[in-house]
Amino acid sequence: MSNTTQLLRFITAGSVDDGKSTLIGRLLHDSKSIFEDQLSAITKTSERRGGMGAVDLSLLTDGLQAEREQGITIDVAYRYFATPRRKFIIGDTPGHEQYTRNMVTAASTANLAIILIDARKGVLTQTRRHTFIASLVGVPHIVLAVNKMDMVGYSEETFDAICAEYRAFAAQLGLHEMTCIPMSALNGDMVVERGENLNWYKGTPLLELLEHVVIDHDINTTDFRYPVQWVCRPQTQEYHDFRGYMGRIESGEIATGDEITILPSGRTTKVKEIVTYDGNLQRAYAPQSVTLTLTDEIDISRGDMFVKSATMPQATKEFEAMLCWLSESPLDLNRKYIIKHTTRVVKCVFARLEYRVDVNTLEQHSSATLNMNDIARVAMKVQQPLVFDSYKKNRFTGSFIVIDEATNNTVAAGMII
Amino acid sequence: MSNQPFTHLDVLESESIHIMREVAAECKNPALLFSGGKDSIVMLRLAEKAFRPARFPFPLVHIDTEHNFPEVIACRDKLAADLGERLIVRSLDGSIKKGTIVLKNADQGRNAFQSVTLLETIAEFGFDACLGGARRDEEKARAKERIFSFRDEFGQWDPKNQRPELWDTYNTRVHAGENIRVFPISNWTEMDIWEYISREKLYIPDIYYAHEREVIRRDNGILPVSHLVQPKSGEIVEKMMVRFRTVGDMTCTCPVESHARNAQEIIEETAITRITERGATRMDDQTSEASMELRKKEGYF
Repeated sequence: MSNTTQLLRFITAGSVDDGKSTLIGRLLHDSKSIFEDQLSAITKTSERRGGMGAVDLSLLTDGLQAEREQGITIDVAYRYFATPRRKFIIGDTPGHEQYTRNMVTAASTANLAIILIDARKGVLTQTRRHTFIASLVGVPHIVLAVNKMDMVGYSEETFDAICAEYRAFAAQLGLHEMTCIPMSALNGDMVVERGENLNWYKGTPLLELLEHVVIDHDINTTDFRYPVQWVCRPQTQEYHDFRGYMGRIESGEIATGDEITILPSGRTTKVKEIVTYDGNLQRAYAPQSVTLTLTDEIDISRGDMFVKSATMPQATKEFEAMLCWLSESPLDLNRKYIIKHTTRVVKCVFARLEYRVDVNTLEQHSSATLNMNDIARVAMKVQQPLVFDSYKKNRFTGSFIVIDEATNNTVAAGMII
Repeated sequence: MSNQPFTHLDVLESESIHIMREVAAECKNPALLFSGGKDSIVMLRLAEKAFRPARFPFPLVHIDTEHNFPEVIACRDKLAADLGERLIVRSLDGSIKKGTIVLKNADQGRNAFQSVTLLETIAEFGFDACLGGARRDEEKARAKERIFSFRDEFGQWDPKNQRPELWDTYNTRVHAGENIRVFPISNWTEMDIWEYISREKLYIPDIYYAHEREVIRRDNGILPVSHLVQPKSGEIVEKMMVRFRTVGDMTCTCPVESHARNAQEIIEETAITRITERGATRMDDQTSEASMELRKKEGYF
C-alpha cells in the first residue's frame, strides 16, 4: 500500500433487478475483498433457501436478522475494500420504500454515485429519481453503469441511445460531468476487467475509473472555513496561559500569521500557531483537524466560525433551503424545531413551504406539509444568525440537520440555497 | 487538499478526531471504553491527538470479564498510567456477586455478559455517551450501525429505527437515562488499524505478535491453553507459532498460525488473508448468523 493512498466514498443506486448486488459482489470478489468465511456463510444460507447452486451475493450486504429472514434490505450498509491505489467505502442503499431517505443519507458523504441501469429497460423513472437525488445532494461525480449488456447482444447502438437520453435528462439538472460505462456485472465485462465483449468501448472499466477519478477538488479549496468545536484550556503549569481553538478545517487553508475574522462577532485577529499532537505546522489544509491559537485574547466559544476576510460567508437569520423530510411524523408548521449547522445548534421555524418536488417527474407542487421522503424548497427562520455558504459552494457550511426536540430524532436534512 | 497529499489514514484520523471532539463538546458526561486491545489503543492515540495538550475530557472505562489475557490487562494499566488519565475498571465478578449475572458454569465464555456490567457502570456514573472502538468491517450488524448509535434506557439498539446520519453533522441528543454509543473508527478496516499502529509506533500487547503457545483444537478452532482452558480427555496439547487477531475472552478467542513478529509483517499477512478477523478468532460470533446483532440489542457495545 503506497503511503499516499486516497479514500473514495461512493454509493450505488439501483434495484436488485438491475444487478446492483451482483455489481457490488463482482467488485468485491474480483478485487479479492470477499473472505472465505463470508462466502461459506452465504453459500450455506443460499442453499438453505433453496437456491439452485448460485450463491446470492446480496446476502453479503444484508446484515440484519429480519433482512436475512425476509430477503429485504432495511438500511444503509457500509462496505470496505481496497486496491493498491485506493481505499473504498461503499454506501449500499436498498431500493424499496424509504429509498429517498436512505439515498440522501448515503449520498451526503459520497464523492461519487454509480447509477445503475438495465440495458434492456433503459432510462426509467427510478433512474431519474436517483439522478435527481444525486444532483440535489451534490455528489461530485456521476457514473452511469449500463448493466446487462450481455442481454442486448453487447450492442453499441443500444448503449449510445441510452447514454444520449440520459445525458439530455441530466443536463436539465445541470449535471454535465459524468461517465457512461457499458458492462455485464454477471460476466465481469468492464467491471474490474475489460472482458472480450465490449471492445468497441474506448473508456476504462469501472474499477479503473474509481481508482483514478480526481477527488482533490471535491473539497472547496478557496474559502477558509473553521467552525470552532472545542476550546482547549489545559490549565496546567506548563500550559498555564494556553488557549487553543480546536476544530476541523472544512474548506480552504490557513497559515500562521494569516488574518482571520471570527463570526458572528466580526472581530479580527491573526493565527499565532497551528498546533497538532505531531508538532506545530506552518500551514494546514482541509480536512485536517488542528488547534489554532490566536494573537489576541477574544471571547470565542463553540459555534463560532473562523474565516478569512477576503472570502466571507453569509450570516443571517433567514434563508431558503432544499429539505428532505426523513421522519415518519410529518412536518408541523406550527412547531419549533432545532437545527444543527456545523457546530452551532439553534431553534428554527419553517416560515413557508415554497413547493414540493415530485422526485419521479421533477414537477413542483404546492404542499401543506411534508411526509417522509418528501423533498421541498422551504423558507426558514432561525433564532440566532447562522454563518453559512450556499450548499453548491460548500457542502460542509451549506448543510444542516433538523432535530425534533420532543423525540430528539433527526427529522430532516437541509441544503441551503 | 491542494498542495499536500493526504493519505487515507490522514483522512480517517481527522474524521475520528472530529467525532471525539463533538462528543466532548455536546455530551454532558462521556466515557471512553478502553480494553487494552489494539482498536482501543488506536482510540487512545486519537484521543491524544484530539485533546492534547489538555487532559482527556472523559475517563477511560474497562468492563473486565476477568477472562482477559494477563498481557492485555498489563498493557491496559501501563498505557493508562503513562498517559496520566483516569481508568475506571468494573468487573463482571462484581455483577456475579450481586446476582445480576448468573452463569451456568464458572468457566463459560463471558463476552455476552459484558452488557450487564456495562449498563450497571453507565448507571453508576451517569454516562450519557460511551466512545467505543468498534469498526463496521468487523461484522454484518456493525456494518449497518451509525457512528452515533442511540440506545434507549435499557441500553438496547433498535436497528430498524436508527437516526439518519448525514454529512458529518451528528445528532448527539439524548433524554435522561438514555445514552449514545459512539464509534469514531467506524470507517477503519483491520488493515487501517495495523497501518496506523505501524505508522504511530503504538505499543500493543505482545500476544498480537507471533509467539510459541500451547494450544488445543476444539470445535473447528484453535484454543490457547490457560488456567481457564484445559485439555479434555482425548484432546492433545500442541505447541504452535501463533498470534491473536483479537484479544477477548480467553475461553473463546482463538489465535491464528503466524510468523509475523511486527506490525509490518502483520500488514503483509493481513493483505493476503482469506478469513475475516472475527471469523477466524471469535467462537462466540459463530453460534448463529445474528450473534452480534442479538448481543447489541441487549446493550452490548
